[in-house]
Parts: sequence; C-alpha cells; structure tokens
Amino acid sequence: MNNNTVLPDSCSVAIVGGGTSGLALAAELRRQGVDNVVVLEREKDAGGIPRHCGHYPFGILEYGKLLKGPDYARKNVETAVKLGVRIFTETSVTALHPNGKLSLSTPSGLAQLQAKRVVLSTGVRESSRAQRFIGGDRPLGIITTGALQSMVYLQGIRPFRQPVIFGSELVSFSSISTCRHLGINPVAMVEENDRIVANLIVQPYLTLKGVPLFTRVKSPKIIGQEKVEAIEFTDASGHLKNIETDGIIVSGRFRPESALLRMSHLEVDPGSGGPVIDQFGQCTDPAYYSTGNLLGPAETSSWCWQEGVKTAKRIAQELSAPEYDISGSIQFKITDQAIAYVVPQRLTLSDRPGGMTQMLVGLCKPAKGFLEAVGGGQKIWKSRINSRPMRRILMPLDVFLKTETDQLVEFSIS
Amino acid sequence: MRLCADAKSMTSSLTDFKENVDLDQYKADHSFNRKSHELDYDVAIVGAGVVGCAMARRLTLDGAKVIVLEKASDVLDGASKSNSAILHTGFDAPPGSLEQACIARGYEEFLDIFQGLGLPILKTGALVLAWSKQQQEKLEALIEKANKNGVHNVRMLGKKEILKREPHLSNQVLDGFEVPGECLVDPWTTAHAYLLQALANGAQLQRKTEVISGNFDGATWQLETSQTNVRATHVINCAGLYGDWVNHRLIKESLFTVTPRKGQFVVFDKAASSLVSSIILPVPTKTTKGVVVCRTVFGNVLVGPTAEDQDSKTDSSTNADTLKELVAKGIDIFPELKNCEVTSAYAGLRPATEFQDYLIRHFQDRNYVSVGGIRSTGLSASLGIASYVSELIAGDSLQGLTIENPVIPVPDRLSEYHLRDWQTPDNGGIVCHCELVTRREIENVLQGPMAPATLQGLKRRTRVCMGRCQGFYCMAEVAKMTEGFFNPPIALANNEQ
Repeated sequence: MNNNTVLPDSCSVAIVGGGTSGLALAAELRRQGVDNVVVLEREKDAGGIPRHCGHYPFGILEYGKLLKGPDYARKNVETAVKLGVRIFTETSVTALHPNGKLSLSTPSGLAQLQAKRVVLSTGVRESSRAQRFIGGDRPLGIITTGALQSMVYLQGIRPFRQPVIFGSELVSFSSISTCRHLGINPVAMVEENDRIVANLIVQPYLTLKGVPLFTRVKSPKIIGQEKVEAIEFTDASGHLKNIETDGIIVSGRFRPESALLRMSHLEVDPGSGGPVIDQFGQCTDPAYYSTGNLLGPAETSSWCWQEGVKTAKRIAQELSAPEYDISGSIQFKITDQAIAYVVPQRLTLSDRPGGMTQMLVGLCKPAKGFLEAVGGGQKIWKSRINSRPMRRILMPLDVFLKTETDQLVEFSIS
Repeated sequence: MRLCADAKSMTSSLTDFKENVDLDQYKADHSFNRKSHELDYDVAIVGAGVVGCAMARRLTLDGAKVIVLEKASDVLDGASKSNSAILHTGFDAPPGSLEQACIARGYEEFLDIFQGLGLPILKTGALVLAWSKQQQEKLEALIEKANKNGVHNVRMLGKKEILKREPHLSNQVLDGFEVPGECLVDPWTTAHAYLLQALANGAQLQRKTEVISGNFDGATWQLETSQTNVRATHVINCAGLYGDWVNHRLIKESLFTVTPRKGQFVVFDKAASSLVSSIILPVPTKTTKGVVVCRTVFGNVLVGPTAEDQDSKTDSSTNADTLKELVAKGIDIFPELKNCEVTSAYAGLRPATEFQDYLIRHFQDRNYVSVGGIRSTGLSASLGIASYVSELIAGDSLQGLTIENPVIPVPDRLSEYHLRDWQTPDNGGIVCHCELVTRREIENVLQGPMAPATLQGLKRRTRVCMGRCQGFYCMAEVAKMTEGFFNPPIALANNEQ
C-alpha cells in the first residue's frame, strides 16, 4: 500500500506526517501539477489516526461513501499513490533545519532531504496521565484511547476487561465501542468538569451501554501495585469513591504532536501548542507550512482533509507564482484567560491571493459574552459568543486584512 | 547487549562494539539462570538495587563466587527505580561521615570505569543557588563544608555570572556557588552494567527470590528463600527499603528502622532541556537536598524530589496537588518551563533510617554485613560502598583470586547526548518515536541476559513508552513484541476471559 523507493536527496514538497491532512495535501499538490511530492511517515503504514478508528463515519464528504476509519485511511493512501505521491514509511524526521532541510532516520540509516517547501502535518495525540495530573500508583493498565484502539483494531489484543474511562469527550464515548469490539466492558466514566465535555446529546449512550457517569470528580488517584486495581476520587457530593477496575483509559485532551517543532527554529504558539502560522499556513520560516490537527487540536478527519486540500492549493500557487509585495503584518494577541488560542496567529499583508477566510478560536473554559478584537485603539470585530472548550468557533478574517500597516490586534471576551 | 572480551576495544563509537562474543555460546558457557544443586557461594547478596549490583560487581571482580537474591521480579525494583540520576561529589555530605567517604570513593571509581562500561555521563556541574537572605547566609558554611569534604573547586558566583551561565533562570536569584564536579548519569543502565559485569564474570542472579530466614553454623550460611535454598559463606544485606526486615530475619538484630522517604518528581519534555544547563540545587536542609532542577541524560528536564516520610515500603504513589506544586516550583526557577510540556511524573522511596549517616555493620563472627540507610546518595556512593564492604570482609575467607581480565558487557547506550542505536544502520526501524527506541534495541534486551520480566523493566532498559506520549503511539506494537515475555503481560492472553 506504500510505494517506498529510494529516498531522494531533494524534492519540491516534503510532507511530514502521512495522516489525513498530509495525504489529502499531497494528493491535491499532484492534482495542481506539483511534481516530486514526498510524504514521510514514521509508522509502518501511512494513514494516521483513522487507521485504528474501527468505527464510522469517515469519508462522506471526501468520497461520497460511509467508511470506517481503516478503510478511509487506505483510501487516502491509495488516492495519493495513484496521483504519483511517493510515500516513505518507517521514515522519521528527526530535525527540522532552516530553509526546508530535514534530517531523517530510516531503518537502513540516517539521511537528509532538501525540500523547497516542507509541510508539518504531524497531527495530535491524547494527553497522558501525567499531563492530566492523575495521581496514584503506576501499575500496568493505564493507556490512552489511541493505544487502546491500536491494540484492539491493529493487533487484536485486549489490555484489560473492565476499565474506567477518564474523560468524557467524543473520543471517550468512542472508546466504549472500541472496548465492546473485543468484549471489554467499561465500568464507569469519570469527568472532572461539571458535565460531559462532549455534546450533551451523546450522554444517553452511557445509559444505553450501562456505563455510570461521575462528574465533578476531584483528586483522582490510581491504585494498584502490578496491575490497576482501583481508581479513587472525591465525587460530586464530596464523598470518597473507590471503583474497582483493572484498567484506566485516559481519553481526550488532544494536544499537537509538536516535539519536532518545539526542538526546531520555528516559533510555537504556547496557546495552541502548534506552530505560529499566517493565513496561508506558512510558519515563521517561509519554507515551512503546517496543516491539519497540528494547528489546533482536535478537529474531525473531514476538516483536516479539507484543510489539507486548501493548504495544497496555497502552496502550489506560491510555487508557481512570482513574488508578492508584502506591506506589513498583523500579530494577534490574547488578553483573556478564557481564550486558549487563535489560528492563524498572524496575518501577512500582501497582494497574495487565496489565504484563509476564517480564523479558528479555541477556548480553555466556557465563555458567554462578546468576543472582541481591538487594534490600534479601534474595535475591529465584535460578536456574541456562548461556547465551551472543544467547540469550533470561527471568525471572519477579511475585516483585519483591510488594515494596511503593521498592527497588534488584541482578543478578549467582555 | 553487546559483549566484549577486552576493555581496550571499547571506545566511544558504537560500531566498535560489533566485535561481539557469540551470545548464545556465551550464555551456555556461563549458564546465567543456573538452577542446579550446587548452590554454594562465597557471598550471597540480598537485594539487587544499585548497591547490590555494585556489590556483586566488586566482589565478583575480587574473585568471590557471588549470588544475588532479589525479591522482586526485576532488579532495581525498590529505591533504585527512581532517583534524580545525579552523580554527586558529596560536597554537602557531613564531613567525616561514612556517607561522604563512600560518595567520594564511588565518584572516583565511576570516573575510572564509565567509559569501559559504555556508560553515559554529562559533566554539567551544579549551581547551589540562594533565593532568600536566609539561604544566602548559609552559603559560606556550605562552601567550607565542601572544602572539608575534599571538594575544593567550589566557587562563589554573583547574580550576574549565574544568569550569564543560565540565561533562562529566574532573575529572582540572589547568588550562589558552583560545584563543577556534579554530573548527570543514567540511573538504570549504570546499575544494570554493574550487575551485567558481575554476571558475565560468573555471578548468579535469582529474581523472585525472597529471603525468608537463615542459619549460620559458624562457617556457612544456609538461607531459606521463596525459591531454592542457598548456601553461602557470607551474607551481605543490601535490601534497601527492606534492610531492617532482612536483619530481623537473619541476625535477629534491630540495627535501624527504615522510614521510607517519598520523593515525587515531574519530568518535562526534551524541548525544555535547552533552558537548563547546570544542575540547579537549592540550599539543602537537614532532611533533604531540596527540589533540584536538572536535565537528564535522556534529554528531559527533571524537577523534584519532595521529601515525605511514610511507613509504607511500597506506596510510591504520586499526588496530583504535589505534582502541580512541583511544576510551579520549576516555573519559579525557570519561567519558560511554563510553555513546556510535562512528559511524566513519578515517585521514589529513599530508605531513610533514624540515623543521619549510612549504617554499615560487619558482624565478623557471623560472616554478615548489614548495609543500611543508603538513603538518597546510593547511585553516587554504590561503588564506594562496594569497595568498603569488600575490604571489610577481605580478611575473611574469600576464595578465588581477583579476575585479571574481566569480561565487560556493554549495554545499549540510551543517552540523548551520545550516539544512539537509531543513528546506526539496520536497527529494524524506530518503534518508540518519542524516545527513538529501535526494534533492535528492544529485541536485544528481550533476548539478552537479565531480560526484563515486566514492562517497567523494559522501560528502564530501553526507555520505550517513557516519552511524551506515554505509549499512545507504540504501546500496541510493544505489547505485540513482548508477547510471552512479561508477567503480567501488557495485554491479556486471548483465551483469558
């Protein structure tokens, strides 16, 4: 399914990460007539996270078909390969250098690759137990949903029989069906917030599957010497609760897989955890672009696929067009604790066409009021919001592009 | 693991390690997991923590026939599994103490042997920093103490010079002094290398073997264990957290009581390592060296430990609020840690006793040595402790002769600052992407002597699943690769209901 040949020394576009957005972007670059497109994938197979999402719904918008994750991943790979994209698997990028030079590790040794443009599409992973400050012992049997999915769908093995699910995002709910696939029966879902993080309409699923929900959980503590034996926490009424279990699924709180980026010369947005980009998806080194979930976790596969396609068009256009006149830039700054990030983080003012038309705003706590953008003493934008973390909030970008000089624009909620 | 017959062939390049001894032949010759009837040894070492491992190496090289008895299913399963991975000079140890002497001696021997054993070391030096007026007032006495301890190259530094060396450090620092000799080491591979060298030169290791009772008949110890019984001329109690229990069981003496002192740590991801250069030490108090911020040889940044006395010898649980406080403490010292990711958190137990100093007692009439109270400096002092004990019993009837040209096995080097397996060809591909652990490294460890019996053991030997994703990407692959090796296994057997 992957067409490994000899790794070239140079290429036009190197895509780091062969998941949904990377593959969609690679395929679209070929459609746009860009030659020598290379995808670098560190796993044995390209396809990304959907490879181990053994459930629906994937592919409706992209292929007009209702697919399960693994079939969708295969389809993305096949499409790219058919269009002439070269995919190199088991190929890890170990360092990003200025001007599109990459250090690689392959099973046969180290290599270097010089690309005109590099696209970072390394995606997301879930937060670990330590990143969520879950205390207690460190026995066997504490895994993320991603690891569970890989075990169940890629290897056909079960880590436990009766786990507790920590977290209540959509992925937490999907872990129930992953469990059921191999006869694993979750015994509880625990959530630190006062309600499930996912949309309330999915909550009845828990009743249907007989999984009790505990919200407003405080001081969670895992107990067990060799293997997980129980999870202990203070429940909503302030009582100490102990649930016997043989495993903990630490689910959700997706964060960008940004280690490469953080070790590089590129600027990182502490809010999103991804790279600082402009409205074309270009990083602080213009040889680097970024797309997909690395920008702001975590969106659906379909969203990532579309973003990949759009970014490909921007790259193809830039590679084929003459230089642009840059007249200035706008930097976005967040001055409100409820706002986690805005993507893009900056705008390049130029005559270059085809940039993003909307920006993505991510919250870190529920917010109700007016989202405001102020620049140069002027109110540039104001709109009512009533939203929560993990919800997609979009704002138009064109209002900012009317400015002609360098500016700092501050975002807040009033 | 690679085996080399001669120390001189060991240089810094991994490719030179290729001159291997045939491992299968080697194992057959040395029968690592011997379970025959001839269970007569010169020395039985109780406990395979870092002290037991160093002890096994020293006594084996000195010519003794050694057996190491470990209660747990793997070595380094007690106090030695978690520490701050620093090789201390002993500058702040009580002058004239046994602890200071053992640290100084252990430090010196480590510098002599680390290259031969292929062990990594990062000579970062340490800065002892004062953040308040009270702390500032203690600096002079600490420098005096360092001088008394033979650590003469310590030097006062002003705020300006400190910030020049550590540009990311909080400017709230007042002043401090440098201890250039403090180093970072690999806490697990170091101890493994000691024990592997003992095993390669004839020592035996028995894991899952708890010493239940013992009888000394005036010449030989007869040890009753949870496995086969063992006969040995000498017994050395290196049982760490369980040292008091082993003394009760074997010599019916209460020399000390272990009061485990828990230390919690948080680990920041590799990107944070560019913020920190030296080991940042606080002004120590009576009970603890205080919270340290330092890099690790694995390329992370460590903040910890706490010091919490407790009764339990097994409770190494972490506490969410304490971990958050440690993160905050780290950010106080290096403000830019605010934007760095936490990789993991853990807690260790130091076998503290009611005494300030180490308590090493030799019962000459009973051929017994109790090595107790090796609380937080065991990694630094272990080689020194081993030499000290070796000398204590040298007058006794050790058989055999010092091994002239000992075999030196070299474990895979896991340091981020040295050549790693992923940088060499034909490594089978990277399995763990966060820690860049190759298929070959995992297979070598699983097939090698002293193969791990648990995931924890594999983690300590390869760093697999120890990185920022904590197994999100590779746990399933590792579960598959280790099928049939671990108890408990990562995944349930297919027929298990």
